[in-house]
Amino acid sequence: MNEAPVITFDRVTRAFGDVTALDGLSLSVKVGTVTALLGANGAGKTTAVRVVTGALRPSNGFVRVFGVDPRADGESVRRRCGVVSARPGLYDRLTGRDNLEYAAQLYGLGSHAPVEDAAARFGIVHALDQRVGGYSTGMKTRLALSRAVLHDPELLLLDEPTAGLDPESARAVLSLIDEMATGGKSVLLCTHLLLEAEGLADEVIILSEGREIVSGSPEELTHRYWQGSRIVIDAEDRSSLDVIRDFEGVVGFELNGHAIVQLDDLSRVPDLVVWLTSKGVRLTRVDPRVPTLEDMYFAAYRERPT
Amino acid sequence: MKSRTLIIAKNDLRQLQRSRDFWIPMLFMAGLFFVLIPTFLLLVISRIGDIHVVQQISSTLQVLPPAARHAIEARCTTPTSCTSYALAVYLFAPLAIVVPLTISSAVGANAVVGERERGSGEFLAHSPASEREIYMGKLIASLLPGYFTTLAGFGVYAIIVNLIVGPQVGGWFFPTGEWWVLMFWIVPPFIAMALSLVLRVSARVKSAAAAQQSSGLITLPLILLAYGQSTGTLFGAKSAGWIVGGVAWLAALYGLARASHALARERLLGVDTEP
Repeated sequence: MNEAPVITFDRVTRAFGDVTALDGLSLSVKVGTVTALLGANGAGKTTAVRVVTGALRPSNGFVRVFGVDPRADGESVRRRCGVVSARPGLYDRLTGRDNLEYAAQLYGLGSHAPVEDAAARFGIVHALDQRVGGYSTGMKTRLALSRAVLHDPELLLLDEPTAGLDPESARAVLSLIDEMATGGKSVLLCTHLLLEAEGLADEVIILSEGREIVSGSPEELTHRYWQGSRIVIDAEDRSSLDVIRDFEGVVGFELNGHAIVQLDDLSRVPDLVVWLTSKGVRLTRVDPRVPTLEDMYFAAYRERPT
Repeated sequence: MKSRTLIIAKNDLRQLQRSRDFWIPMLFMAGLFFVLIPTFLLLVISRIGDIHVVQQISSTLQVLPPAARHAIEARCTTPTSCTSYALAVYLFAPLAIVVPLTISSAVGANAVVGERERGSGEFLAHSPASEREIYMGKLIASLLPGYFTTLAGFGVYAIIVNLIVGPQVGGWFFPTGEWWVLMFWIVPPFIAMALSLVLRVSARVKSAAAAQQSSGLITLPLILLAYGQSTGTLFGAKSAGWIVGGVAWLAALYGLARASHALARERLLGVDTEP
């Protein structure tokens, strides 16, 4: 496997008038990985995708995609990328087939483009000869996905691909990501829906105001922001949970309706339960908590430099 | 592999073809200018009972330039036939410019901003097509509907005037040499000139409505100029048409070359192009 990164950003800046969308962003996306670009609206995710394909020129900084500068050799970069934007960007007056054939021709696939196969992959083949204007939002996204994979891209750029989708269509998107990654393709997934990236991302990059706050694998982030073990504990009388502070091994305690307890070692949980029972606390819930991407996101977000 | 310019043009033309709300008014306009108004006027002149009125109109033909007057006198023998001939050859000529400019400007105004409003500009911006290919595709797709509507209208107009006026002037007489020059040498560069301005507007404005309004304002003076030049071509010396067309071609090529730089990829995304 080629170990050179598929995308390299080095101190990339892009401003729109007074607004700085990317502010010295550096990142690297390895071949065959799923990289999640997380951030609130306006964090710079869409701008980053646009810079990757050369659709936008950075104001400053160094960009390499497949080892070439998309500003200088944009055509070769774009030919190897598949992009799904937040808006499907389809031609409503044309049929689904027309839309796919147009894309196939632009990407130089000729008349033997796998239009039917691409549509079948996302369950949209039955509607190929209908006008796109009559499609539901989910159908449009499925068609946009079909269009993005039609030319078998090496790099898939997904910008909020599940925005406004029904669960079934959202699942189709996530399956595509999984499938692409399994097939050795690289995926850059931009989202503010953290659940979307959960379990899929090999690398996570959290953006805020065009800057990277933190990056790493989910395991690294867990290690960095989730030291110790956390348990959710609830009781019939929540005020009685206050005694937990006195238990040996408690390194963190937060009472927010239920209690979130951080222990230095998860093996203390049985002792904690026995101890609380002996104190007359009538427990209703003891739930060891595995950190989610959302937990890490907010932990990193809280600690971001201002 | 097909040229991406043609692929983009074909896609835009296909969308136009499926936009009845666009092409029905355009066809109506062409029909009005090339068929209904000429047919009505020429029939009225040919069938009018009051010979005095026709003689009055015929006498006004004396104010035409000598070249035009000689051409009329060479073909006609009666006041009615002279008037009909003059109307067929000289009165409707400028319409051959108005129709294509109006149609092409309407299509061109929507060419770039329409992509942006639909969101398909994002797709196009991420596609392998170069900025020049996108621009040329948009140019062709904007130029062809107006020009071919005009050519078709011209053909129908030729048949109508020959059928109505021909019997009075000794047979089929239209198109005259000046009309060939007008249709194939003068009209195309004027459309191209208008589009070089309209496509720039379309790439810069925020909405399709603004593009339509701005392009209307921009092309109006051009329509008036074209109107004057085409009339002068028909009335003037034989070389006038070639000269007017030549100048128009130079201006059009200059305008198109400049406009091609206006369609930066970032315009398709609707963002400021200045970093």
